[in-house]
Amino acid sequence: MLDIILERFNYIPIIILMMTGLYVVIATGNLVKRLVGLSLFQTSVFLLYITIGKVFGGQPPILDGAHHGDDEGGHGAGYGAAGYGEAGDHGEGHGDDYAAGDAGDHGEAVADAAEHASDYAHGADAAHHASEVLYSNPLPHVLILTAIVVGVATLAVGLALVVRIREAYGTIEDDGLNAADYNRETGGGE
Amino acid sequence: MEFLANLLPAGLAHHAPALVIVIPLVAAAVAALMPNGRAGWAVAMVTASLVAFFALTVLGMVLTDGLISYHMGGWEPPYGIELRVDALNAVLLALVGVMGFLCVLFALPSCADDIEEDKRALFYSAFLVTLAGLLGVTISGDAFNVFVFLEISSISTYTIIAMGAGKDRRALTAAYNYLILGTIGATFFVIGVGFLYMATGSLNMADIAQILQQQGHNRVTQAAFAFIVVGLGLKAAMFPLHVWLPNAYAFAPNFVTAFLASTATKVAFYALIRFLFSVFHPDVAFVELSFTWIFAVLGVVAMFVCSFQAIFQTDARRLLAYSSVAQVGYMMLGLGMGTVLGLQAGLLHLINHSLMKGALFMALGAFALHYGVRHVRDLGGLGRTMPATATAFTVAGLSLVGVPLTVGFDSKWYLIIAALERGWWWAVAALILSSLLALIYVGRMIMTVWMEAAPAHRGQVSPPRRAPIMVYIPMGLLAFANIYFFFDASFLVMLSEAAANAAMGGR
Repeated sequence: MLDIILERFNYIPIIILMMTGLYVVIATGNLVKRLVGLSLFQTSVFLLYITIGKVFGGQPPILDGAHHGDDEGGHGAGYGAAGYGEAGDHGEGHGDDYAAGDAGDHGEAVADAAEHASDYAHGADAAHHASEVLYSNPLPHVLILTAIVVGVATLAVGLALVVRIREAYGTIEDDGLNAADYNRETGGGE
Repeated sequence: MEFLANLLPAGLAHHAPALVIVIPLVAAAVAALMPNGRAGWAVAMVTASLVAFFALTVLGMVLTDGLISYHMGGWEPPYGIELRVDALNAVLLALVGVMGFLCVLFALPSCADDIEEDKRALFYSAFLVTLAGLLGVTISGDAFNVFVFLEISSISTYTIIAMGAGKDRRALTAAYNYLILGTIGATFFVIGVGFLYMATGSLNMADIAQILQQQGHNRVTQAAFAFIVVGLGLKAAMFPLHVWLPNAYAFAPNFVTAFLASTATKVAFYALIRFLFSVFHPDVAFVELSFTWIFAVLGVVAMFVCSFQAIFQTDARRLLAYSSVAQVGYMMLGLGMGTVLGLQAGLLHLINHSLMKGALFMALGAFALHYGVRHVRDLGGLGRTMPATATAFTVAGLSLVGVPLTVGFDSKWYLIIAALERGWWWAVAALILSSLLALIYVGRMIMTVWMEAAPAHRGQVSPPRRAPIMVYIPMGLLAFANIYFFFDASFLVMLSEAAANAAMGGR
């Protein structure tokens, strides 16, 4: 039992944050505090996504082929740039680029490396290299960047609404708002 | 439908799926820059016409040539974002496009009354963002993209609902409550998508469906299913999750209510169908269980509870809002049958309901223009002073009940046939009984409109009033559609059948 929990330790803070946030949204009568709870709830989901992108032993998903390329001068810059262009597309690009950069660094078979970079015909050793490098999964981070923007927009609209509610009602407590509406329905307008 | 498919030159037609979302998004920025409300409206009008045109073109292309897969930015799915249009979302796309167009016609006179002049251009800008978001949810084939578009439409919806504050400050609290619940719903949805991503490593919905089919289901996908159902259920105002809806509809500007009632919940319901039928599959045991024990049961409960609540409402728009939740119950029941026929009936009701509610809220808006109608009792005698509007109101109201000679009868007929085919006698009884409840609340409004004496002001009977022509056109068209499609149901039936078949995966 303990093993199962410890293996999934990353979910513990997420669950705690998630439940705290949701509880605050439900329990408080203050409109601003409710938005705080809502943000907490959303943020816990960001964490959930981020943790699933982690690969044990994985490097940050950044190519270092470009640096090698710069050292090498003309040829190197060429395939460094090509490597960047390819990077977003699919994993195989990493391997080629890395291998090409590596070869250039050792100062041997430069022409061979340039050929690698230009037409991406990858030999057996390049493919071998690709399998050795382990990267973390960058996709969840990208998703969460979008989700953070959504969260910020929601919070901004929510706070703007609270400001307007305070101008119109003079209170931001649920009880006060309900009482004001109730009085108007029953006492005032008729 | 061939003629629709061939309206555009091939180069433009190829990009129509993307243009449908891009045009309103760009136009939203343009509308925000407009110096006055009229110019803002003109931008919205041009945009809505273009969107309706492109949406109909896409529908025509899908019905003639089958599935469209548009690769955003040229990236191959499942790595890139795919816009994937089959008959199911093509129908929804056309519905949103056409209803958006009709509602914008109605917006000019209605918003002139509801919204302060200096805010009108910005209001139209927010409306266009909503439209883009709704279309995006409908057309996207990527699960996370659906979340983003869902939030684009929702966040701008909160702002345009809050614009009703000029008439009634309760619009602010209604918008706030919708924001809280809508965000919880969206967050639940994104948790569900996260679980699906954990289980399958993909975000493309068609790809997820394939992977799930190969590797089977486990606890993670079941959790994903639960989160997605609750999240989208909140957005679609499925019965126990509908509490945000009545106030939001009652206090939003008239135009916003007419637009949201005929599109927003429909789009969320579409997303639900997409996940239930295409991503998960009704053959999977836990999905089938949820159909019978959650969707069908809650649908029937909604039909009764919310119809009862509607009967006791005094605010006319709140009454129709509760009725909307009850009508979502009909769609849930159709979906819960889990058969092609049931889903088809549910989708037919979805289309028809948007025709009825659009006309009803527009008629209420027309009444409100002249008499500031909010409560049912304010409707008294308006049949004498505004007979044309009152007639449209009556036609759409009867359609809501499901009286023969209106489309409402069609969809209830199909629902009953589907229930009989499934052997659900209790569902037939529930459908008929809840239609009687609908007769009570609609009848109460219609009787008030026609039977009572014309409204008088200081002893002077009000002279006949005419609603502006821009109200008559969309309202009249919708009321006419309510009758026309009863006599010529083949078009809508064909659409819903194609959509149901597409949802079930058999093209």
